[in-house]
Amino acid sequence: MSLPSEPVLAPAAEPAAADPARPAEGRGPWRTAWRRLRRNRSAMISLAVLLAVVALTLLAPAYAGWLGIDPFRSNLAGTWMIDGQSVPVMEPSTTGLGLGVTPIGPTWDLGGYFLGADNQGRDVAARLLYGGRNSLVIAGAATVLCLMLATLLGLVAGYMGGVVDMILSRILDVLWAFPVYLLAISLSIVLLTSAFTIGPVTITAGSLLLPIGIIGVIYVPYVARPIRAQVLTLRQSEFVLAAIGLGLPTGRILRKDVLPNLLPTLIVFVPILLALAITTESALSYLSIGVQPPDASWGTIIQDGQTLLYSRPWVALAPGLAIVVTVLALNVLGDAVRDALDARGHGR
Amino acid sequence: MSPLLDVRNLRVAFATDGGPVTAVHDVSFTVQPGEVLAIVGESGSGKSVSLLSVLGLVDRRRTVVEGQATFRGEPILNLSERVLRRIRGREIALISQDPMTALTPVHRIGDQIAEQIRAHERVSRQAARDRAVSLLRDVNIPMPERAVDRYPHELSGGMRQRAVIAMALSCNPALLVADEPTTALDTTVQAQVLDMLRRLSAQHDSSVVLITHDMGVVAEMATRVAVMYAGRIVETGTVAELFDDPWHPYTWGLLDSIPPLTGARPRRLPSIAGMPPPPGRTEPGCPFAPRCRAAMPVCYLPPPEQVAGGHRALCVLDAPARAALRPPRVAA
Amino acid sequence: MLATIVARLGQMVFVMFGISVLVFLIFFATPGSDPAARIAGRNASPETVAQIREDFGFDRPLPVQYAVMMKRLFVTQDLTSFVNRGQKVIPEVLDAIPATLSLVSGAAVLWVLGSLTVGVAAAALRDTAVDRGLMILSLIGISAPVFWLGEVMNLLSQSRYHDTWLFSWVPGLGYVPLSDSVSGWFKALVIPWITLAVLYIGIYGRVLRANLIEAYSEDYIRTARAKGLSPTRIMLRHALRTSLLPFVTMFGLDFGALVGGAALLTEVVFGINGIGRLTFHALQNLDLPVILATVIYASFFVVAANALVDVLYAVIDPRVRA
Repeated sequence: MSLPSEPVLAPAAEPAAADPARPAEGRGPWRTAWRRLRRNRSAMISLAVLLAVVALTLLAPAYAGWLGIDPFRSNLAGTWMIDGQSVPVMEPSTTGLGLGVTPIGPTWDLGGYFLGADNQGRDVAARLLYGGRNSLVIAGAATVLCLMLATLLGLVAGYMGGVVDMILSRILDVLWAFPVYLLAISLSIVLLTSAFTIGPVTITAGSLLLPIGIIGVIYVPYVARPIRAQVLTLRQSEFVLAAIGLGLPTGRILRKDVLPNLLPTLIVFVPILLALAITTESALSYLSIGVQPPDASWGTIIQDGQTLLYSRPWVALAPGLAIVVTVLALNVLGDAVRDALDARGHGR
Repeated sequence: MSPLLDVRNLRVAFATDGGPVTAVHDVSFTVQPGEVLAIVGESGSGKSVSLLSVLGLVDRRRTVVEGQATFRGEPILNLSERVLRRIRGREIALISQDPMTALTPVHRIGDQIAEQIRAHERVSRQAARDRAVSLLRDVNIPMPERAVDRYPHELSGGMRQRAVIAMALSCNPALLVADEPTTALDTTVQAQVLDMLRRLSAQHDSSVVLITHDMGVVAEMATRVAVMYAGRIVETGTVAELFDDPWHPYTWGLLDSIPPLTGARPRRLPSIAGMPPPPGRTEPGCPFAPRCRAAMPVCYLPPPEQVAGGHRALCVLDAPARAALRPPRVAA
Repeated sequence: MLATIVARLGQMVFVMFGISVLVFLIFFATPGSDPAARIAGRNASPETVAQIREDFGFDRPLPVQYAVMMKRLFVTQDLTSFVNRGQKVIPEVLDAIPATLSLVSGAAVLWVLGSLTVGVAAAALRDTAVDRGLMILSLIGISAPVFWLGEVMNLLSQSRYHDTWLFSWVPGLGYVPLSDSVSGWFKALVIPWITLAVLYIGIYGRVLRANLIEAYSEDYIRTARAKGLSPTRIMLRHALRTSLLPFVTMFGLDFGALVGGAALLTEVVFGINGIGRLTFHALQNLDLPVILATVIYASFFVVAANALVDVLYAVIDPRVRA
């Protein structure tokens, strides 16, 4: 509800421009935001769902240990006890020409092959937990990387201005115009074919660092642009001008005056980027240019399940559902965080 | 003569995060045919909200409007959108405060005027457009045949406000509600627009409710005045009554803040110390008491009403007490 | 106006140049790898690699290499695949365009209509159960990976419910050219259209709702209500009309990106031989010339779409025209 705005008859003295990151007293902006978030029921449900997903994926080794299996080793000749009967994990096909084998279907029994086996005879449920761990780790690390790079670029471009800003902004323009998937594909294809060396660090082709780096980099323009714009505004704000006037060192101004004010925007981007990163990782892995075997992620499991889609659909359905639930929770939480901080993220 | 608009005990409350907040308390006023009623008050005093809620232009889901209001003797409050639609624009027209935002940016001026005409009358496109041209001519927009095809952003603020006024007059409304019509305009343009508004409302036989914070505008335009403070009408009367013998200390403050036209310019205009109370205040006493220079302990009880003919004020001060506190001004 | 167009074209050329340099650097200047070997593909003979190094000038400075590559892409158009020996890349890309264009255009029609309906209905019924329901559905649509949604659709329409009245009309996976059979083309694309549109209906519906609600707090909407206009007219002619501007920008970008290959996941899942699937197969075979060509083609499409959006913007927003 917005009341019609009217001019003030006897204008009160404008409160002196204060550094909004340092409230003098009373309820801080963070506590207000947290209180608003706490009151948002769907946000709290989403948070609970996310924590549950994280907890489950952390339990992956424990679950595999309890089952006494290695979900990364194929088990084509093994058998499994169901209802007191020994069943081969890879059942000879009963349909069609009787050629080939079909992996065991979901037992819906947490004691083993809950979601069935994939075409290597591996336990899908256990792989789902391990894969989720990778998906979440990649998403989290890529988000942190992306925010750090974007903040750095935004700070440098927005604060230095001039030629530096112009060059950086043009580069961001180019990256912005580049469809993210194509950028990701181009980077992956080059990096995955060979080990990659930067100075003393060598990243091998199968490393999880590759998808992290790729996903972290491709979303930088989406975050860096609004950050730069905000830094430009902050650069002109009275408390920064005052700090410059006092002759404080630039590093201190950036750290104490500019960065804290960027924090709400950065926080708003966290759930959005996590959601984007999980989706992007799954897509890259589905195209086999993300997480490389023998490692698993939700995306690779969907890919594993593709050939079994009509016979054992749960291999592909389960990781997809895991993605939908996690990303949905992140999106709901993202909306709520944005509303609570009342800072608009400009990313899509 | 029966009043055109009769508002009785209007109360408006908004739902907010912190519970309902009453913005308008027990407001009553009438508008007679042909008169110009000025509603004066500072920002947040509830003057716009009172009129907008009578017209049903507040957010219905978050607003509770209570009391009675009749237009031409028929109840108008809380009517359905469908019925209200026939009154809005045709019988009661609104002129908004800010001409920069009052017109839809993507449509031509003429189309926006013709749209209103065609919403209420069965006329051809061409006839509506012709009427838009003549209305634009009436509000002194140069080259109205060309202006009719202009977009809002192509006109200056003053010209846009003229177009808004032309649109408001397009269906010959019986009542014009002008919400701070000149506040956003340059001083020189203000006088022209006010002048035109007065001339045209007389020509169209329209009554006017003029919402303003500017006592100068009141003096120039109004026949009667209602002064609002913190969601209440604290004083009402004719312009002569109010300017010559104001009763309420708040009105004193408003009048004292008008710069004198003659004589030495004062160093500083007197202003009313303090701030209006926040909306949602629940104390029963006079809302102005904390800022009032004549405040006394009794002011923290509900104030009595002083009445003399049509001149009323919500204040404990009676005539002798007023005379002691504020000697009547000698006419210049 | 003319100056604006010239400036915009200049900017477009700059961005295209930037992208081609970027792609070039990614593929040919990544430290620690031999571009010639990469172009030759897996298991290439040393002679082939040497030949490629000669042809592309990999022993010459980077700017020369860039010039050679651009010449082969655009002027002589004789870039050939080494995986499918002798296959000319540019005609291959051109052949794939109709399938992609069919897929994306149909989905675009669906998603524009769908998101207009969702956005307008949610904004008009704001804070009601309908609004909340539509917004939750939109979020689910946004959250589901498109390739997975495609697999679910395939599971339902090709396998589980294929023998019921619901999906018995669905043909096997693959693209049918419009010139072969109009009805075949249509039937083959309905499910892919829906799958691809879901995500965008979600995104656009949410954005539109937010814009409409913002528009409803504007003075001109109050003016329109005070004029006595009908709610439908206020919604469509005043609120929606002004809210369409960001909508058009997004549409241009997304349409460009999709035609440029971002529909690759949908194409792969449904076996549609478009640009995206071409890229995908090139990826699997590490067929670098094809990837290079599709990526460059795609980004140029996106940039051109951006420029087109700017022009379109001027058409619908009189304020930009001046």
